[in-house]
Amino acid sequence: MIELVSAERCTGCNICVAVCPTNVFDPAPKAIAGALPSIARGADCQTCFMCELYCPEDALYVAPDADHPVKVDEAALIDAGLVGSYRAAIGWSPQTAARRRLDSTFRLLKGL
Amino acid sequence: MSLKPEMSTHRAALDLDADVLVLGGGPAGTWAGLAAARAGARVVLADKGFCGTSGATAPSGTGVWYVPPDPERRHAAFLARQVLGGNLADRKWSMRVLDRTHQSVDELAARGYPFPLNDEGAPARGSLQGPEYMRLMRKLVKGAGVRILDHSPAVELLVDADGTVAGARGLRRQQGDDWAVRAGAVVIATGGCAFLSRALGCNVLTGDGLLMAAELGAELSGMEFSNAYGISPTFASVTKTLLYKWATFTEPGGATIPGAASQGGRSVIARWLARGPVYAQLDKAEPGLHASMREAQPNFFVPFDRMGIDPFTQRFPVTLRLEGTVRGTGGLRIVDESCATTVPGLFAAGDAATRELICGGFTGGGSHNAAWAISSGQWAGAGAATHGTRQRGARRAAAPAGTVGLRAGNGRTFDPQEVTRRVQAEVFPFDINYFRSGDTLQAALGRLDGLWQSLRAADAASAADLVKAREAAAMTAVARWMYRSALARTETRGMHRRADHPEADPAQLRHIFSGGLDEAWAAPAAPLARPQTELAA
Repeated sequence: MIELVSAERCTGCNICVAVCPTNVFDPAPKAIAGALPSIARGADCQTCFMCELYCPEDALYVAPDADHPVKVDEAALIDAGLVGSYRAAIGWSPQTAARRRLDSTFRLLKGL
Repeated sequence: MSLKPEMSTHRAALDLDADVLVLGGGPAGTWAGLAAARAGARVVLADKGFCGTSGATAPSGTGVWYVPPDPERRHAAFLARQVLGGNLADRKWSMRVLDRTHQSVDELAARGYPFPLNDEGAPARGSLQGPEYMRLMRKLVKGAGVRILDHSPAVELLVDADGTVAGARGLRRQQGDDWAVRAGAVVIATGGCAFLSRALGCNVLTGDGLLMAAELGAELSGMEFSNAYGISPTFASVTKTLLYKWATFTEPGGATIPGAASQGGRSVIARWLARGPVYAQLDKAEPGLHASMREAQPNFFVPFDRMGIDPFTQRFPVTLRLEGTVRGTGGLRIVDESCATTVPGLFAAGDAATRELICGGFTGGGSHNAAWAISSGQWAGAGAATHGTRQRGARRAAAPAGTVGLRAGNGRTFDPQEVTRRVQAEVFPFDINYFRSGDTLQAALGRLDGLWQSLRAADAASAADLVKAREAAAMTAVARWMYRSALARTETRGMHRRADHPEADPAQLRHIFSGGLDEAWAAPAAPLARPQTELAA
């Protein structure tokens, strides 16, 4: 489930609010400078990781646990290279765009 | 039950007219919107979440039933699934779907989908990465002039004086107000029903469209084929099963479980899970294949990487999450080649429509499901455009047709979460739904019918609870059609297994239709004639 909106990285663009299919986030209040979107309905998170893929700042982290909230340590996750790791893996980070054409399903289906 | 007075006079905050209204913005809904717009219709597409991320495909990705136009290869592709599907698939529909899917996937390539090249340097078009695919579909839909309403769950259909569908209304949950679209035709592309099991991408799939359609009298087909369970790590949502082909399944002590497998041995896993934990490890994959597995399914590895587990060298606990009719094949009954339902003006596509026409009583992974969404979506969109544009300028009534959660009743409001838990308690357990028998189905059905009656008596939900109340009502209705249909099929066929009728009965080579709300029903259709050349041994 979604566990982290990084105060350091988030720019308050609210893309996550728009793209979350289960409407988990509330937008950053416009009146407050530097405000962030909030995880307002965390229990509705379906652990689909789509918010992470659409976040242009790698400011979000979805923990793998689908059924229970867990505590996360932002610094440790960043050190482990896990924040933004899925966006990089599918080629949606600017640095990894070549990965968009790497789908090798055809190799796995050989002989099936 | 009486209509709340404000319902009939209220004007929605967003009030639109359209030729075609598409409900649902996954693969089927986007292909429907695209086809309707290309046919010259004015189209509105409303998604409960966000068109582009909503539904089972976007976070998951999918194989595609993509077979070159060679008659022999296509006939073989059709026959390959006939046994699993219990010979219920239709050859003509399968050929139509193979044709349309091949054309459409080639169109995706022309529109910029980044298909890879295979080891021979030729384009490999047999699979789609979900995020890429659905991001492109949103772009194509917008480019075609379709108006997209995101975060706009439909709560009920509108109907004219003749019983023809006339649009829908719903909520705009990020604005805190509502919408209404008067439309000449409506496409139900709201997906299947996975009962909020947290299977990957499936929590938006609660059978809403099936309930709305049934409230207008639409019939369903194949609802007994509704007990698909996907393997996932116990801690995770990722119900992707292809890579378990390389898994060894073990019991807590470490011994291999005889017969346990992703394909052809999933029921063994279910039987062991009923007794205790089951573990998996992808130890049958040669190290040379590991990189390809990661490139093919990056999402499969996200939970492992984040838990610090190496699935190739370490055991991890697995479970089975119910995917209901998402990977099952039941849905709204289709009556002609335009994917019309039994209600005038109402069309169905994708997982919301019965997929028996190409899969019979079984589908595994995505390939047929993706092909069906692509094809049925376009046929439903085109059919709705033809029907919908004919209604232009007609002055039609548009009365709300919804029931539970929407109308004043004698009782108190119900708690959607409590109702959801009660439905889940009837559909999740393997000993009720996976391994079925007449007695347990009948008992579960009795409890579900009682639950439905209490929902019918309840008062209308508050605006804050309305969407979840309608989801809970839809799941209750779907479960009742499932178990009525399962009782009506007194044999084992496709994914439907009856412990009390463990063999296929040749006399039951026929579909089971179902429908109804207070008087839910299921009944066998006429037997199907299948030439020997279309039957797999």
